[in-house]
Amino acid sequence: MSRKPKQKAHIEFTLNGETAEVAFAPHKTLLEVLREDLNLTGTKHGCELGECGTCTVLVDRKPILSCLMLGLDVEGREVTTVEGMNEGAQLHPLQETFADTGAAQCGYCTPGFLLVAKELLTKNPNPTREEIKEALSGNLCRCTGYIKIYEAVELAAAKMRGESVELPKESVYGYE
Amino acid sequence: MSKNEKDKNEQPLKVVGKPFRKVDARAKCTGQTKFADDIALPRMLYCKILRSPEPHALIKTIDVSRALKLPGVHAIITGRDLPIPYGILPVSQDEHAICIDKVRFIGDPVAAVAAVDEDTAFDAMNLIEVEYEKLQTVTSIEEGLMVDEPRIHDYGERGNIHKLVSLEFGDMDEGFAEADLIREDILFYEGNTHLPMEQHAALAYFDTDNKLTLWSSTQTPHYVHRALTKTLEIPAAHIRVIATPNGGGFGGKSDPFNHEIIVSKLSMITGRPVKATLTREEVFYCHRGRHPVLMKVRTGVKRDGAITAMDFQSFLDGGAYGSYGVASTFYTGALQTVTYEVPRYKFRGARVFTNKPPCGPKRGHGTPQPRYALEVHLDKIAEELKLDPAEIRLNHLVKPFSVTANYLRIGSMGLGRCIEKVVEGSDWKDKFSGWDKENRKLPFGKGVGLACSSYICGAGLPIYWNNMPHSGVQLRLDRQGGVCVQCGSIDIGQGSDSVLAYIVAEVLGIDPFDIRVLTADTDLTPVDLGSYSSRVTLMTGNAALQAAERARELLTIAVAEKLSVPAENLSFAERRVFDVENPEVGLSFAEAVVLAESKFGTIGTVGSYTPPRSPGHFKGAGVGPSPAYSYSAAVAEVDVDPMTGIVTVERVWIAHDIGRSINPMLVMGQVEGSVYMGLGEALMEEMAYRANRNVVHKFPSLLEYKSPTTLEMCDVKTYLIEDADPNGPFGAKEVGQGPLLPVPPTVANAVYDAVGVRIDEVPITPEKVLYALREKSKGREGRFGPKSIPEVDWPQPLKVLTPEEGGDGREMPHVAVHS
Repeated sequence: MSRKPKQKAHIEFTLNGETAEVAFAPHKTLLEVLREDLNLTGTKHGCELGECGTCTVLVDRKPILSCLMLGLDVEGREVTTVEGMNEGAQLHPLQETFADTGAAQCGYCTPGFLLVAKELLTKNPNPTREEIKEALSGNLCRCTGYIKIYEAVELAAAKMRGESVELPKESVYGYE
Repeated sequence: MSKNEKDKNEQPLKVVGKPFRKVDARAKCTGQTKFADDIALPRMLYCKILRSPEPHALIKTIDVSRALKLPGVHAIITGRDLPIPYGILPVSQDEHAICIDKVRFIGDPVAAVAAVDEDTAFDAMNLIEVEYEKLQTVTSIEEGLMVDEPRIHDYGERGNIHKLVSLEFGDMDEGFAEADLIREDILFYEGNTHLPMEQHAALAYFDTDNKLTLWSSTQTPHYVHRALTKTLEIPAAHIRVIATPNGGGFGGKSDPFNHEIIVSKLSMITGRPVKATLTREEVFYCHRGRHPVLMKVRTGVKRDGAITAMDFQSFLDGGAYGSYGVASTFYTGALQTVTYEVPRYKFRGARVFTNKPPCGPKRGHGTPQPRYALEVHLDKIAEELKLDPAEIRLNHLVKPFSVTANYLRIGSMGLGRCIEKVVEGSDWKDKFSGWDKENRKLPFGKGVGLACSSYICGAGLPIYWNNMPHSGVQLRLDRQGGVCVQCGSIDIGQGSDSVLAYIVAEVLGIDPFDIRVLTADTDLTPVDLGSYSSRVTLMTGNAALQAAERARELLTIAVAEKLSVPAENLSFAERRVFDVENPEVGLSFAEAVVLAESKFGTIGTVGSYTPPRSPGHFKGAGVGPSPAYSYSAAVAEVDVDPMTGIVTVERVWIAHDIGRSINPMLVMGQVEGSVYMGLGEALMEEMAYRANRNVVHKFPSLLEYKSPTTLEMCDVKTYLIEDADPNGPFGAKEVGQGPLLPVPPTVANAVYDAVGVRIDEVPITPEKVLYALREKSKGREGRFGPKSIPEVDWPQPLKVLTPEEGGDGREMPHVAVHS
């Protein structure tokens, strides 16, 4: 009756810059493998049906919904999760600006947004607000109304371009 | 503590009012925050709950024998294993963790499995055989009022009516007689759900010491603690509830839930940790979201728009259980009086049981629906009187520090300034066409609308009757300068952990990141009632303020003695305690703690907060009172496509009276998030069921339950009005819920300005707009909305004289004062 297979699949891939080896039931999604077999719980689930973007990770530097990809499919590929965004204790500029602007309220959708935004800024170091909206449109957030997320992405983009910018006063204190 | 921007020693505030990071921001941006489902324990079992596919049925038999034989299954329980009922309100103990002999909606739990892994639990669940005997379903407000048999519950007013409320404040006949215009409107607000990104999850471990620990994604660990001790029949002292950071709550994690009780029971039976994580579909069935409410409002006004009397009726579709519903019912009638002067007020409310997922509190709890009705109604009154919508509101505001007709004590009141800000910021006068739609200022299809609102800063009364504080804080000062603040409150993303740190840091003159915040653990933290009713900043903030001031007092005595400086001269800032007159005379905060510990012993202080007593003493006076009320005003600019009916909200200007921002960045985030959620409710979000007797949810999924993405979210221009409230810590009021309230009516009013049709039903979908436009083009009323309300045999109203009439807040004797 149980669908549990007798044999585990065994794969090797690059996870956050390091070689990872893992064995798991072959029907498991990448989301499940990351969370349950590799204990990387930074990747979250919102629907497990590909509807909300919460479980986004980068596979070969492209945003992928890890709930729709089998773990088996990442064999030999390169996977980045939120745990791999920072360089040691040094946060990625997006992580810094998300923290600074309050773009992470409950923080549950944050890993997905961070990775999509990271990919956006790799492709387009100076995105317009409209381009940011477009890029993030597959990710749902119920807390922020997205505005602080846009601001965090814009701020990080500027930082990564080497510009020193701050959030406009009205974004922090409201309009006069 | 002084209420201006200076501290006790006239020093500028260092932390309060500054846009610090949240204390948990780094963890949240690195994926390190442990949500409930992120916790896994060795030997953990997985739980799956079998849910009813029938909306209303008797359980004839349950056969678990095949399921039990499946290898890997450790336990299966049914309703007989958890016979004790529970519920969030003492008056509605109508839930069982697993249904015993009857199911009341599609999704009601029937049995639960614990197995070695999720797949095995799922397979076992599907091997459980249940035989049902179908009962007639009750599917709507009208049916709930009319269909007496079969009853969904065997308690309540009668038939399927759960609660009837009838309150009357002041001489209504006199009020309506004074009016120059009496207007009636009927509106409907569809139900919708919280849709937190995190699905509920709970992990229980009944350990070898026979003690239970439950980690759960809950907004109310204290109430879960109470429900567990009741249903599991083990002493509260043997139960530890740890609320994990909530991945969004919005009210949806405020009830004690069946899955929390189920995993606890399964852990007690198996002796192993047991976890349940709900699927997204199950979250839709947990629901406890916005009640669908049908409303009729009748208001008498003078020519200048002054209200002389208001008669409000609301009909709530409660779904299958009581939940917070009695409170919700009262809330649909409580806050109509706190924005504009309403000298005489009558409220009647009815909540019915139906065979749908239970409704409860969602952001704004019971008040967005009447607020929508009231603000659209007021727009129509303004039109009849040819008054500007901003002026009619501005001219009749409730006075600060007054008591309303229904005995709510108003404190600071910044609504006037809110209205002025959004009127000015939006160029309202250059955009609003007035009531003569021939001479438009914006082209046809574009329009602006205005609405206001108010919300409580914490419920004035606890959910179960007691005289204890609503919030407790414990501070522990380490001799090396560390400070630990402990409080039962739970951070659901709103930043409550950070608020505790900011307030303590401000008082003790240290950095907020020097503070260890330990929250929401019933073993380690004093009780806080939970993250609901926008109570946390005000109540835990005041408790933290008291605890910190007591600690500061001890340090002050010790330091004053050591430095021979008068105590009143000592200031705390930049991790130092020093003489304000000679700032170089001082010592470090850590040295101050050492002095105090040497003098007094270990330094720990407590603080607590109990809201002031309400002036109302009648039955029903418990819902509505609050230590303070926040205010919001909003203008929406919309684009309505008359060919498709699609409404695009381009921008919302919103001003919020926050009292004082403890952290303006977090306040901005709450305002923007509230506008977002209000926009979703205004335009698209709805709990919809198939139009047959089965009451099947049409789309329990994130894809088809439409919520705004980045592409639908509007631009938001926010104004923060700071008018410190004497009851708030540093003057702070709430912001988590209030700014949602003006959004749906603002959008509805703007749609009318844009294309001249009234959509008296939320959400404002393209179909409704098109219907109203077609009706209008045929020469009929350009309106979509309900046309009538059901007949109800209301009880005799409970009558209370208003303060204006010399009332004392008590019910008048049952002799007819007037017919």
